[in-house]
Amino acid sequence: MRRVRLTFLDHMIRQPVIYQMARDFDVVTNIRRADVQENVGWVILELEGGEEEIDRALEWARGLGVRVDPALGDLVEG
Amino acid sequence: MAHVLSLRCRECSREYPVEPLNVCEFCFGPLEVVYDYETINRVVSRERIEAGPRSMWRYADFLPADYNPRTDINAGFTPLIRSRNLAEELGLNELYIKNDSVNPSYSFKDRVVAVASAKALEFGFKTIACASTGNLAGAVAAHAARAGMEAYVFIPADLEAGKVLGAAIYDAAIVAVDGSYDDVNRLCSELADRYPWAFVNINVRPFYADGSKTLGYEAAEQLGWRAPAHAVAPAASGAMFTKIWKGLNEFADVGLIDGPVETRMHLAQAAGCAPIAEAYADGRLIIKPVKPNSVAKSLAIGNPADGYYALKTIEASQGSAVIVAEHEVAEGAKLLARTEGIFTEAAGGVAVSALKRLAESGAIGRDESTVVYITGNGLKTVELVQDVVRPIHISASVDAFEAAVDARVS
Repeated sequence: MRRVRLTFLDHMIRQPVIYQMARDFDVVTNIRRADVQENVGWVILELEGGEEEIDRALEWARGLGVRVDPALGDLVEG
Repeated sequence: MAHVLSLRCRECSREYPVEPLNVCEFCFGPLEVVYDYETINRVVSRERIEAGPRSMWRYADFLPADYNPRTDINAGFTPLIRSRNLAEELGLNELYIKNDSVNPSYSFKDRVVAVASAKALEFGFKTIACASTGNLAGAVAAHAARAGMEAYVFIPADLEAGKVLGAAIYDAAIVAVDGSYDDVNRLCSELADRYPWAFVNINVRPFYADGSKTLGYEAAEQLGWRAPAHAVAPAASGAMFTKIWKGLNEFADVGLIDGPVETRMHLAQAAGCAPIAEAYADGRLIIKPVKPNSVAKSLAIGNPADGYYALKTIEASQGSAVIVAEHEVAEGAKLLARTEGIFTEAAGGVAVSALKRLAESGAIGRDESTVVYITGNGLKTVELVQDVVRPIHISASVDAFEAAVDARVS
């Protein structure tokens, strides 16, 4: 299982990205927290499935313009 | 004994036992330490604190770990210096510099790691770990050396060797990871699940983060038991910024200083990585993560874990966030060195340049007391200000020297 934070900006905010991800890839998506407003939104998403399939699904989302980050925030500190 | 009751989710308020946990299992919100303020209120006094050690452990009643001499390298209780020259240059009458660059490993990270390492020993961990590009690495490695713990420090493989020298010298295991910054992040979150280690900013983060509250306590005590009208601090994850505010408010809550706290909290970031300050400028409480591209490497967190809470702190304190241009980072460091004899790293340059802007815009009034936080030492980022090295080169004769001096003066 992997947890990521997806950030949706501008035009992406209206797209059914998570639905499409679950339909087109062999992953189970589970929204754990979210805050979606008119022009920007984020979702903490849990993904279950094979590691490679999760990588493919997230790469696809990145290709659409969705930002994918670690759910906990950056762990590498200065 | 630490006066701790439990851990609590900042989002849904669900409570958890005092264990190495950092995330709520239900809503995935971050956990924070819940203190027994009734007991703290009963035991603390100005006299008790003043009679304590000359380190951050004088505030042990407010910290989530017990003092342990095994891990103590004397972090904190750094100087609060009344500025004359910088204050005059900026047109301020009551400016103080909190010089945290003189901590044992030369940054404020000693405060958070002091708590994290003491708590890690309490929990029975034998190994302490972090992912860092500099300051945190040094603090973790130094505390581990003192405590006789093993230390693992993860860095991106392309990081300059000089950056990790300050950790390697303490005999920590330095793990250089092939791949991007994101790959290091992901690896560390996976390792934290798999290894029985205290990852300071992952599984012991609630305890670790509260070490920064001492930056608020100290400023208040050193000002003669009062909160300043303004505080200016740099931000990366935003955690330190929120904890300064929390520290001031805890002091007011137990009556050590007058409340309510009216300090305006000003957050400083450099243009190349300013996700929190950009959200403030746009009037958003949602952080848009960014890819850092800044000379202020110690602030280069593009996806800040406490960004939202930092924005709430600004809101609650009627403060602000300042974005300084990249060229102002080195300028700020040079300005502080030239006026006050304090050599800071890039994060301090960001704070000083933000202070300058706040003074120039009138956001900080001439007679309003202000504390600027200098969180790291300049010797850590010498490349930032390399251009100041311009020696007067002469042959070994008095004539040559005098000619050179004449030329310099004229």
